Amino acid sequence: MNHLLREKAPITEQGWEELDREARERLEPALAARKVVDFQGPHGWDFSAANLGRTGDTGEFEGVSVSRRRVLPVVELRASFTVSRAELDDLERGAPDIDLDALDEAARRIARAENVAVFHGWAEAGIRGIAESCKQPTVAVGEDFNAYARYTAEAVETLLRSGIGGPYALALAPDQYTGVIRTAEHGGYPLFDHIRKILAGGPIVWAPGVRGGVVVSLRGGDFLFDSGQDLSIGYDHHDAENVHLYLEESFSFRIATPEAACYLAP
Amino acid sequence: MGFDQYHEPPEELPARTRTFARLCASLTEEAEAIGWYEQRLAVEQDPEALAVMRNAQTEEFKHFAMDLEFLLRRTPVWRDIARGILFTDEDIVEAGEEAEEGAGLGGSGGGGPEGSLGIGSLKGVAT
Repeated sequence: MNHLLREKAPITEQGWEELDREARERLEPALAARKVVDFQGPHGWDFSAANLGRTGDTGEFEGVSVSRRRVLPVVELRASFTVSRAELDDLERGAPDIDLDALDEAARRIARAENVAVFHGWAEAGIRGIAESCKQPTVAVGEDFNAYARYTAEAVETLLRSGIGGPYALALAPDQYTGVIRTAEHGGYPLFDHIRKILAGGPIVWAPGVRGGVVVSLRGGDFLFDSGQDLSIGYDHHDAENVHLYLEESFSFRIATPEAACYLAP
Repeated sequence: MGFDQYHEPPEELPARTRTFARLCASLTEEAEAIGWYEQRLAVEQDPEALAVMRNAQTEEFKHFAMDLEFLLRRTPVWRDIARGILFTDEDIVEAGEEAEEGAGLGGSGGGGPEGSLGIGSLKGVAT
């Protein structure tokens, strides 16, 4: 048994399978950052920091020169939720529609937090986001979705001029994403397909937590997500009515090439 | 052609598992092709035919490695174990046992992925 203490929960094997399946189904569409950055690991729960390969403070100690290595600590994210024991009992009876709304909501929260940390940063955790670190000129976007093909082309051209190869991905805030998939350009050609051509075949990613959009090169080696413990469900405690569980992960994120992305600011 | 890669009714399998099964089948086919070329190369006498088949076998090496990398990216525990075994000069069986232990599976036999949902990288997954 590890620190997730799953064996301590009053949940059957079938119950765990259903919870894990539901969590996976809810998380995967929303984990936008993982669709565009390099995922490394998982290195395990005991992984505490990513090596930056740099030194920070330097000075002298007992007559010798010294320097201190810099590392990026991992952060732990946890989203708590409860599941009704009566619902879990009904699952065993074969009920196909048990209420897992609280799990769905926790999945949304933790996926959004991961996206915000990667795309917009988390200063307290020492994480700089892709959008805020971007060294390319920001592309200002307006309300007219027809113009998104032009915005994307502008961003891709900026990256190409800097020698950043594709394919590229466009991570879009949910409102913008919806606007893009609903829009057909003059002549009826779907805007979605047009933008994907501009991205050299790369995906348009639905990205909860993102403000505006971010065009990112998918060539690899530019954006590094170090996973300690990948997303898992753990057990906290239970009472007569509910089982209290949580979704948890640990990770750090760093940027090797800030030039490899372009921010579309709303 | 049939759908032999599925051992459970495909309509009951999630898309992710169907994709995984397809790539497992592809990996198997590439390994078979490598083995077949190895046998052909062992008996062929024509130098030009040998050159063509060596080239073809090299392609299969690439395909096999790509299939394997895809599957490892989707399966963190498998990736952890593979990392401890592949490209080392250690005794293969010992490296395997150590890698399995290191992945938290406690030696021969193994178990589950210790609660991980096994999501890992989603790069290249369409929304």
